[in-house]
Amino acid sequence: MAVITVLEAIREAMREEMRNDDRVFIMGEDIGARGGVFLATEGFLSEFGEERIIDTPLAESSIAGIALGAAMSGLRPIAEIEFADFIWPTINQIVGEAAKVRYGTEGKLNAPMVLRAPQGGGVRGALYHSQSVEAIFAHTPGLKVVTPSTPYDAKGLLKSSIRDDDPVIFLEHKRTYRLVKGEVPDQEYTIPLGKADVKKLGEDISIITYGLMVHHCLEAAQMASLENISVEVLDLRTVRPLDMESIINTVKKTGKTLIVYEDNQALGIGSEVSALISQHAFEYLDAPVIRLGGPEVPAMPFSPPLENMFMIDAEKISTAIKELAEY
Amino acid sequence: MKIELPQVGESVTEGVIGRWLKNVGDKIEKYDPLVEVITDKVNMELPSPVRGVLREIIANEGETVQMGGLIADIETNENQENTNHDKLEPDVTDQEIGTTGVLLKNTAPVGPTGSGGPISRDESLSNHDKSPPPKSRYSPAVLRLAEENQIDLAQIVGTGINGRITRKDVISFIEANSTIGGREDSTGPSDQDTQSRKDQEKIALTPVRKMIAANMSKSAALIPQAWSEVAVDVTGMVSKRQDIKESFMNKEGINITYLPFVIKAVAESLKKNPLLNSTWSEEGIILKKNINIGIAVAAPDGLIVPVIHNADFFSIAGLAEIMETLISKAKNGKLSLPEVQGGTFTLNNTGALGSVSSRPLVNHPQAAIMTTEAIIKRPVIKEDAIAIRSMMNICLSFDHRIMDGAEASAFSMSVKKLLENIGSETLIY
Repeated sequence: MAVITVLEAIREAMREEMRNDDRVFIMGEDIGARGGVFLATEGFLSEFGEERIIDTPLAESSIAGIALGAAMSGLRPIAEIEFADFIWPTINQIVGEAAKVRYGTEGKLNAPMVLRAPQGGGVRGALYHSQSVEAIFAHTPGLKVVTPSTPYDAKGLLKSSIRDDDPVIFLEHKRTYRLVKGEVPDQEYTIPLGKADVKKLGEDISIITYGLMVHHCLEAAQMASLENISVEVLDLRTVRPLDMESIINTVKKTGKTLIVYEDNQALGIGSEVSALISQHAFEYLDAPVIRLGGPEVPAMPFSPPLENMFMIDAEKISTAIKELAEY
Repeated sequence: MKIELPQVGESVTEGVIGRWLKNVGDKIEKYDPLVEVITDKVNMELPSPVRGVLREIIANEGETVQMGGLIADIETNENQENTNHDKLEPDVTDQEIGTTGVLLKNTAPVGPTGSGGPISRDESLSNHDKSPPPKSRYSPAVLRLAEENQIDLAQIVGTGINGRITRKDVISFIEANSTIGGREDSTGPSDQDTQSRKDQEKIALTPVRKMIAANMSKSAALIPQAWSEVAVDVTGMVSKRQDIKESFMNKEGINITYLPFVIKAVAESLKKNPLLNSTWSEEGIILKKNINIGIAVAAPDGLIVPVIHNADFFSIAGLAEIMETLISKAKNGKLSLPEVQGGTFTLNNTGALGSVSSRPLVNHPQAAIMTTEAIIKRPVIKEDAIAIRSMMNICLSFDHRIMDGAEASAFSMSVKKLLENIGSETLIY
């Protein structure tokens, strides 16, 4: 199996799907001649031409709106928002319209579109290049929200997202793009949306997480094992729909749960996961369900020490693991 | 006033609420029987601790309640009175002080800078009461595991924060205590199975049935039991009883049965074979100094085991009298807690039911249980001739961790010998 980066996995997924299906096209800012700000579509313009690789003006609302119209007309657009921080003008098109297409037309129309966006902090990007936006979209029925953590998952999940018949918000963590390398099979594969993945088996504590945090959690789990604390790490992979079965299974197994996410903690994905656990696995709980998420601060600070304070890292996760183990 | 289920004896941690003897709205005198409570040791009537009116029944019939758990609410004004009694000092009036004065106990002496005055009771209390001991609270996982595995959480040492019992503590405890017999075996068909079947009927479990079921499962699950049977020639005992039956009735007013003879023989044999009168623990075998023989009695609700404490102290006649009282109390549900606690060995006369051989389950945590079987006249070889003798089997189940066949048989043979030696000269007083 080839070892590639998350960025390369995303590029491969899009290239394969574009080769397989003429209905797939990509639109976004700087994706053509520039090959995308992170080079996700490098070489695509020469391979697929201007009709399928469309550079757009700096107008996110129209990127999403045109994609939605194309999807409703039978195409399969991949719309790239250069940074998730600029995704807010799409809210009306995505939350207000795309999510409701199938429901509002009694199933006569649907919107098979993917809205890709790089997100997340830890890259010294400050206020406008560090945001996490999954909770906003995950709140809306009618949308699917995917947050991959590894090259294998990113490729398999993106292919499934492109093939999905309804709108998918595909949020790639910028820090994983070149930092995370992993094996990816040479042959064709997809990963179903809505299925979590146990990234590490353990007995004492369950960590439920997604995106970049999966890697920090795995590192913290490694550190914990030196102190004889066995940690299971469940990667949600898709934050909507949530994989209830996997969540409940790991909680039943260990009775102690830590939910780790970079996005603001309050009213975040972890809040929903925590509520599901207390409702469906109450009798298996051996400790309060703990969330470790971003602080109550409006945006990522520019100052590096303050950004470090904001970001969840392996050390903070380790501390939480120890406290939970001792409980 | 909230009424709690009081602690009723050592090693009893919970009780099942039986019949309520008072209804909501009933006037209640102090010490009036309030409710029947069934523990794994005894059924008892709980007296009302106060006088008042029953306002609310909190624990309903059939509910299992932890000792200290709330069971009822009684409206009473005794509380008020109590508070008055509790006052540290009676109010001192000028008249009482007189010219000699009194020493005010609740007042601090004058301090070095001239301060000092009355200290309030609250202040002095708070000094003693800074950190109340944390109430033990168990997590849902711990409670569920304890219930599923019938574990008394008081036996577990917690390793969590502030000594909290964690789920892992319970699992380790279960693993350490499971020897033979999987728990899966004890689970019957699920509710759904039973309900959907028309060709069967479900009998609701009475509290007593549940207790017996729990105890029997414990015995089967925790004790590796071996069994042996010995035939005893009780011709002498039969004729001895026949001889004294009438005079005993005339003199003592009660019927003499074979049971006191057997108890006497068992008590003597336990003295000589102390391993049979012991308890297994991982740290070592605990020999019991007192010989307290439990006698299984079929009561209307189910099996109950009253205990004769220091059975070796009594004569046959004395044992007959004790048994008479205990059996009648057992049949009327009037046994007190001490009368069913502290057994070190159990005896069961299964012969009364017509059985000639049975395999009893050891009464956990005891070491052994013995049955006496039906006395039947049989042709036996005696001094190379065929004779008709009254024969009785005695069966012994024992904890094989504590002893081997050799010790168990030595005990059985001792009982056999003592019973076979009973004759006209045997003293019953």
